[in-house]
Amino acid sequence: MTGGTVVSDRIPALRVRGAVKRFGLVVALDGVDLDVHHGEVLALLGDNGAGKSTLIKCISGVHRLDAGHIELDGTPVELNSPAAARNHGIETVYQDLALFDNLDPAANFYAGRETAGPRWLPQGLRVLRRRAMTQATAEVLGRLQVQVHERQSTVGLLSGGQRQAIAVARASAFDSRIVILDEPTAALGVRESRRVLDLILRLRDDGRAVVVISHAMDHVMEIADRAAVMRRGRKVGEEIPTPDTQQKIVSLIVGA
Amino acid sequence: MALSTTEPEVTPKAAVPSRRPAWPSVALALIRTGPALMLIAVVGAASLLSPVFFTTRNLGNVLAQTAVIAVLAIAQLLVIVTRGIDLSVGSTIALAAVVGALTFEAVQSTPLVLLAMLGTGLAVGLVNGTGLVWGRLPHPFIVTLATLSVAHGLALWLSGGQPHRGMPELVQTIGGGSIGWLPYSTFLVLALALAVLFLTTRVVWGRWIYAVGGNPDAARRSAIPVNGVLISVYALSGLFAGIAAIITSGRLNAGSPTFGELAELDAIAAVVIGGASFLGGRGTVGNALVGAFMIGVIRNAMNLLNVDAFIQPIVIGTVILVAVELDVIRGAMERRFRVMRAAQS
Repeated sequence: MTGGTVVSDRIPALRVRGAVKRFGLVVALDGVDLDVHHGEVLALLGDNGAGKSTLIKCISGVHRLDAGHIELDGTPVELNSPAAARNHGIETVYQDLALFDNLDPAANFYAGRETAGPRWLPQGLRVLRRRAMTQATAEVLGRLQVQVHERQSTVGLLSGGQRQAIAVARASAFDSRIVILDEPTAALGVRESRRVLDLILRLRDDGRAVVVISHAMDHVMEIADRAAVMRRGRKVGEEIPTPDTQQKIVSLIVGA
Repeated sequence: MALSTTEPEVTPKAAVPSRRPAWPSVALALIRTGPALMLIAVVGAASLLSPVFFTTRNLGNVLAQTAVIAVLAIAQLLVIVTRGIDLSVGSTIALAAVVGALTFEAVQSTPLVLLAMLGTGLAVGLVNGTGLVWGRLPHPFIVTLATLSVAHGLALWLSGGQPHRGMPELVQTIGGGSIGWLPYSTFLVLALALAVLFLTTRVVWGRWIYAVGGNPDAARRSAIPVNGVLISVYALSGLFAGIAAIITSGRLNAGSPTFGELAELDAIAAVVIGGASFLGGRGTVGNALVGAFMIGVIRNAMNLLNVDAFIQPIVIGTVILVAVELDVIRGAMERRFRVMRAAQS
């Protein structure tokens, strides 16, 4: 297990420095620094309105920072659209999963980046390589041990846990380096949560940098290598989650 | 419940495929082919009730009369898949036909007439698409309702409210000619249907159309050009209305502001009978065609059987209700299917 102090001399997969984001008069992010390393799960904690969602939206290209900068593997990057973030290997699993219920898992995986040819045509006019996409999807699902009974059926027919797994697996395909998950277990039962947590750990073991927003303390304690706590747009602390630090983390969150 | 799993905790991944009861899949498959089965039943009933129905001459009639609805329905399907609606196509037929007839009066050029008609259709479609996307109009109902009115008014104004006779030979052939009993327009419908089928199932753009209909927000976040996709389906719908205008004015050798009246409702009905969902993302070209022919066959059969013309809309309306009810049942089945899956995994 890697700790906050041990990893600091390596170049982090994701480095946020002095992130500021305002919405009108509201300061949603007020100078946030954050490092996430390859092969690490970072839990991003905080009460509602603490700025967690704003921060991950800035990292995934939905919002633009008003000040501060973001580095990937030591290189400053401009993330001004979701597509730009994705091209840099940042994949986000939103709370609503952003799945296409009317399409099958392969079509969901490849939405907006379909494998198609010939290359001299613009992307929209290319012919889909359906078999290649189906195979690649099956490989990713197999590697992550996601069980989908009928890979041809539409995602809308799958259970909540399977849908979550599909969304997480999609985020880990395409050589993504950083995977951000917003409340990945919020809508799931115990057994389904278990599977998604295992999946997150497999992503970590794959060497990816994983950021998880969660309110479920027991899940954080179990999977996170580090926990960063936010309050009122600032990062108020970082702890390595252990039974001893749990109480401290909770106090940081509530500001007591 | 008919779940055969007795020990749910024991190796579910090995056990599930063989033990999963087959009936939900079978029922779903039945409902999915529902529109086609309904069409076969209607054709069968019509053949039994009227000795004339299943003759080549009458079938040729049905095909010729259905061509316009079919062309409109193919394009309307794509619009409805994106959660939209195009109410303007009937008026667009009238406007394109009038523009075509006036062009033919002015210059006796076949290519120019074709270009004028297709261009008029495309123009109305582009107004719909760009009005929706860039004008940020809340729902396509509004912009296409507006263009319905504008195109209708333009057709009346340009034509002076009168039909203008005369169409190029080629247009007459497309609209009214036939090989034996098979009308040329049927081949045109077939070609358009195959082209759109290819687009929707094999081409990236077609995949995007379904993605936009399935989840517009996710489509935006996936870097799919949602606005371009929306504009394109309305443009295509307008273009196909132009093609429908060629068929109509070719068959009648004229361009008139009364052409295409209420054709948009037939097209929408055909798509809905074909099982497409107004909630978007679902529906196939084949089933939209089936819906179009269902309407054509029922109308034709009622004419052959001397059913009162006033009764006919009642029958068509009932068919729409039954078809949509099937869609609702299918939705419920899917949810049930999903619950059963979850219980097994």
